[in-house]
Amino acid sequence: MLAMNYRGPFRVRADHKPYPELLHPSDAIVRVTRSCICGSDLHLYHGLVPDTRVGMTFGHEFIGVVEEIGSSVEKLKVGDNVIVPFNVACGNCTFCKQGLFGNCHESNPQATAVGGIFGYSHTAGGYDGGQAEFVRVPYADVGPTVIPDWMDHDDAVLLTDVVPTGYQAAEMGGIKKGDTVVVFGAGPVGILAAKCAWLFGAGRVIVIDHLEYRLDFVRNYAQCEAYNFRSMEDPVLFIKKTTDWFGADVCIDAVGGDAAGSALQTITGRKLMLQAGSATALHWAINSVKKGGIVSIVGVYGPTDNLVPIGNVVNKGITIRANQASVKRLLPRLIDHIQAGRLNPKGIITHRVPLEEVSDAYHIFSAKRDNCIKPVLIPPSARK
Amino acid sequence: METTPNEYAHIIGWGVDADPQNEPTYPMKNYTGDDHQRLNYDRPAQQPTTVEILKSNERPNLTAVFGTSSPPSGLSGAIRRYAFRSSESEYGHWLPLLLADRVNVVEGIIDDLSRGHIPNIFAEKGWKAEWKHNPKGLTQKVLIGAAVTTAIVALLYRKNSTKKSGRLALLSKKLRHR
Ligand SMILES: NC(=O)c1ccc[n+]([C@@H]2O[C@H](COP(=O)([O-])OP(=O)(O)OC[C@H]3O[C@@H](n4cnc5c(N)ncnc54)[C@H](O)[C@@H]3O)[C@@H](O)[C@H]2O)c1
Ligand SMILES: [Zn+2]
Ligand SMILES: [Zn+2]
Repeated sequence: MLAMNYRGPFRVRADHKPYPELLHPSDAIVRVTRSCICGSDLHLYHGLVPDTRVGMTFGHEFIGVVEEIGSSVEKLKVGDNVIVPFNVACGNCTFCKQGLFGNCHESNPQATAVGGIFGYSHTAGGYDGGQAEFVRVPYADVGPTVIPDWMDHDDAVLLTDVVPTGYQAAEMGGIKKGDTVVVFGAGPVGILAAKCAWLFGAGRVIVIDHLEYRLDFVRNYAQCEAYNFRSMEDPVLFIKKTTDWFGADVCIDAVGGDAAGSALQTITGRKLMLQAGSATALHWAINSVKKGGIVSIVGVYGPTDNLVPIGNVVNKGITIRANQASVKRLLPRLIDHIQAGRLNPKGIITHRVPLEEVSDAYHIFSAKRDNCIKPVLIPPSARK
Repeated sequence: METTPNEYAHIIGWGVDADPQNEPTYPMKNYTGDDHQRLNYDRPAQQPTTVEILKSNERPNLTAVFGTSSPPSGLSGAIRRYAFRSSESEYGHWLPLLLADRVNVVEGIIDDLSRGHIPNIFAEKGWKAEWKHNPKGLTQKVLIGAAVTTAIVALLYRKNSTKKSGRLALLSKKLRHR
């Protein structure tokens, strides 16, 4: 079968790999029909995540058709069209039972600090991912959710990660009606976070980025304000001023370790890798939220450590909430929102690329070429 | 239900998920009290180990399921095994893993060559797309690359040739003195 194959930083290609096998009674094999590239994949692609092995297939945002099921699978049948959440979750450990499907304790032997994630290095369990024609899906009765008949499959594929992540970013912000919410990052996650902030009753939503085409897009898509940090001397000061010298009620980090905007952070975090990615956006979030405010982090950082102004967290009494999105927990509500027309995820898809051209798709998304917001890979077997 | 304030009427669904009771929000929200049972929940069946799996020393066992992609091998594998002797809290865990990742890239190229496949590194880096969407930038990059390479080659050549001419002079001197 055809699959994406990681060869090293900035080097990926489409290759022929063996068809996946059922390895556990709870497994299913899914024939992939669509698979996205995510900002999280860029951290792998840039070589920032330890234990990213050559030969691995990435991809944690995919939907497809159930091809085969293991002996204990009861809820799915061959032929079902399914949304597969990016988290590998058992559904039964203490963490899963609390709705923490992103923190499952039975899906990642290599690290305790993160649950299993499809196609996301060995630090997240060593699973080959869905940027392929077929993929092995463990705990098939827990995560995978049958796509409702009425749902467009372009909406479905975005329910595997970015929509729940954007929603959870807003949810963790504990937004009160009328709050001013600042979202750092106008990538797919930030765009969805801005959109969802309104559902929680935000009074003002401000997005910060440095790519004009993304700022234009989010202004229109999420009906919010959007500003370029390159055009301001100091984004923290800008936010203080625009909130009557008070600070934002809620700040969301939807950037993570590939952040631009500070030479010191970029050199130490992205070039020399002395810290686990550059923490520029998180730094700004902490410093521009009000005293007693909430910083919600969904941007991804590596597992070592980062330079952030933790003293200000203490002195301002800030609450930090953060997690990998718990996709399964959020799916029912998000499906409602799509059906009711409150969310229109497929509006962010800008590129549809044959899986064979995966090298170009990664480059376009990583280098932000061609006004790219969200690329979707289509395997050959899904194009017939 | 409260009505949407007029100023947000243009936003479909404004405030529908607002919930003053949602405090603290997730992730503390659904606390079950089971945390004190620690790891004594019903575990799923264990996936058989068919390839080498490295295990964090912060847990007692392998998880019930795991991925089997790219098992550790070669020099990078040896470095990874060494890394897993330290906990996730140690630099001694993550820094060797990053080193192993870089070594693994070289192993990947050797592996490709040994299978008779010469990796097309430019294609893998998506230069076709770069040429399409940023021809100026790519041209600049190639030109700068070419200029730097030429400069280095020229420098080496000059050093070499001065050395050579030096040796020649010495030789002719020796010959003359005979
Ligand atoms: N927690 C989760 O469950 C989860 C899930 C998906 C993605 N993520 C993470 O969310 C982050 C965003 O993902 P994405 O797909 O939108 O990625 P993306 O790369 O498309 O978007 C990131 C955006 O941030 C902008 N940016 C860079 N530096 C900035 C700064 N200092 N301030 C403001 N904006 C800045 C970039 O220009 C870019 O538009 C990534 O770190 C990704 O790993 C987390
Ligand atoms: Zn993702
Ligand atoms: Zn679990």
